[in-house]
This record gives sequence, C-alpha cells and structure tokens, in this order.
Amino acid sequence: MNRKDFLSVVVTFLIMYVFWLLLSACIGSHHGIDYIRVVGGLICAGIVTAFSHKHRLLFTGKEEKVLTKAYRFIFYVPWLLWQIILANFDVAYRVLHPKMPINPRIIEFDTTLRGDVSRTTLANSITLTPGTITIEVKGSRFWVHAIADKAAEALLVDKTMQKKVAYVFMEF
Amino acid sequence: MQEVFLAIGMTIACTILLSLYRAVSGPGVFNRAAAVNVIGTKVVVLLVIVGYIFERPMFVDIAIAYAALNFIGTLLMSKYLERGEVCSP
Amino acid sequence: MFALIETVVDVLTTAFLIFGAFFMVTGAIGLLRFPDFYTRLHATGKCDTLGEVAILFGCMIYSAYHGMPFVVFKLLCIILFFFIANPTGTHAIMKAAYKTGVKPWRVGEERR
Repeated sequence: MNRKDFLSVVVTFLIMYVFWLLLSACIGSHHGIDYIRVVGGLICAGIVTAFSHKHRLLFTGKEEKVLTKAYRFIFYVPWLLWQIILANFDVAYRVLHPKMPINPRIIEFDTTLRGDVSRTTLANSITLTPGTITIEVKGSRFWVHAIADKAAEALLVDKTMQKKVAYVFMEF
Repeated sequence: MQEVFLAIGMTIACTILLSLYRAVSGPGVFNRAAAVNVIGTKVVVLLVIVGYIFERPMFVDIAIAYAALNFIGTLLMSKYLERGEVCSP
Repeated sequence: MFALIETVVDVLTTAFLIFGAFFMVTGAIGLLRFPDFYTRLHATGKCDTLGEVAILFGCMIYSAYHGMPFVVFKLLCIILFFFIANPTGTHAIMKAAYKTGVKPWRVGEERR
C-alpha cells in the first residue's frame, strides 16, 4: 500500500468520524461524554472506510489548483441563490395567472466545458433556475426542456451561466 | 410561536392531500412517480415542523434518514422505468 | 434589551416560514393545473426546493437563538443535501420519460 492509498484511508476515516461525532451530539448531553457513542463511532466509521476508500473522492490525482477553484466556487453560490429566488417568482406568476401563459419546447445546444465536475455543475444549475430542466447530456451536447421564450433565450443567446461556470473551473 | 408552527404544519398537510389527487388519477405511471417524489419532499418538512411543535429535537434525525430514503427510491424507480431492469451487468 | 432581540428573531422566523409555505402551496397548485407531464415537473421540482430551503432556514434561525447548536448543524446538512438531491431526482425521472417516448405538449392541444 503506497503513500497515496494510506493518505486517502486516513482522511476518509477522519471525515466519517468527525461527522458521526457532530451528528450524535455525544458531548452536550449534560452528563459528560457518552463512551458507548464514541466507541460505536469508531466501529461504524471503520466499516464505512473499509468499503469505500477505493473509490477515492478526494485525492484522485487528476485535478490541480483545487484551492483556487474552491475559492471561486464560494463566490458563485450567492449569485446562483439570487437567480433562483428571482426566477421562482416568475414561475409562481405563471402558475397563479388565470390564463397560464406557457409555451413549452425542447432545445439542444453544445458547450465548451470539458470536465465531468463542471458539466455536472452546469446541468444542476440549469435544473435549479426555473424555466429550464436538463433532459439528457451526451458528450458535450445538452438537451433542455424550456417552459417559456424568455428562459430559453437567456440560455441560448446570452450564455451567462456557461461563462460563469467556465470562470469558476478555470476555462475547462 | 407555537401557533405559527401549528398553522404552517396544517398548511403543508393540506398540500400533501392535494398532491395525493395527482398520485391517484394521473394518466400513466410517470405522473404517479413524480407525485410520490413530491409527497416525500413535503413529508421531510412536516417532520421537522412537528418536532418543533412537540419540542423534541429527535425528529430532525428521522427527517435526515427519510430524505435519503426518498432520494434513493426515486432514482431506483426511474432506473427501472427506463431500462426494465435495475442491475445491469 | 433581550426582549427586543427575541422579537426580531420571532419576526424573522415567521417571515421565512410564510415565504416557504407560499412557494410550497404554489408547487402543489401547479401540479394540479398544468396540462402535461413535463410542465408539471417544472412547477414542483423548483418551487418545492426553494420553499423547503426557506422553511428550514427559518427553523435554523429560531433554534440558533434558543441555544441548540447540534440541531443547527443537522438542519444545515439537510439543506445542503436537498440542493443536490432534488434536481437530480427530477432530472432522472424526466430522462426516463423522454427515453420511453412520452411526447411533449404544444400550445393548442388538449390536456393529458
């Protein structure tokens, strides 16, 4: 077992154990530390690590400049939240209007993003902002179902969201 | 503050009944699957609010477990409806 | 002084709860009113996510003031899980319907 395997086992075990301690609240129960929960946490974290340390979520050895991408991602999330709130008011207006002005269609387009994580982030952001839902992703081609003209145009013509995701993942 | 939690809980229970109509009478199987997913989402919220009404913080743990179960159930149902089998070799 | 902070926390919590409950009711009405399977998923998959996050955020503020730190952490876990899980479930069921051949609805046809 070389150095990278050992490091991934230790990091996985530490994360699982800290998560168990925070979820089971074994410190704040007003009569000291509960030793059954501490030992049970060691056993459960050990079992989960033994099954899943080969899948390597963290140290896959393929990415570079992780700290810059994480730092830019933290600034991407509030913009996404603001877009979600603004456009959900639009969907509520279309639901509650007595004439229901919708015009659904399916559109397809290509992206210039290349990695797996950035394509997943783009598909998730498209499904979260109202007006569009991702139907299928094949290679770099996206099929998207849009509910009105305004939402479909914002995705095809402006390309705001694709530019922002490409900036976060450093022009993948 | 108890009255506010009680009113919100009753509102969410009424919306669960509304979604049950779509689960019973949707033409085809996909409408029913989508309605079951929606009911699972609303039940998670209802569990947290009932925990605040009775002032027992244990209901939040049950809500975490049910959210995970609902997600896995929806993914499994859609995989079966697409391919006709669940585990492909 | 503490009575003022308690009133502010109560008002904020009530505002978030009512905001979330309004979007959940809108999602349920959209599930009944829209004429086609794909448009019904639009209404519920988005309004439900935002309404749930707003309600749980209001409960987080309430229990952060009343001194229950572990409940705050657990509610934060549910919120983060929901931002990833609900859109993925919606996308999965819509992809299954598209592959099996359910046709989308155009303006001018009848309800399905």
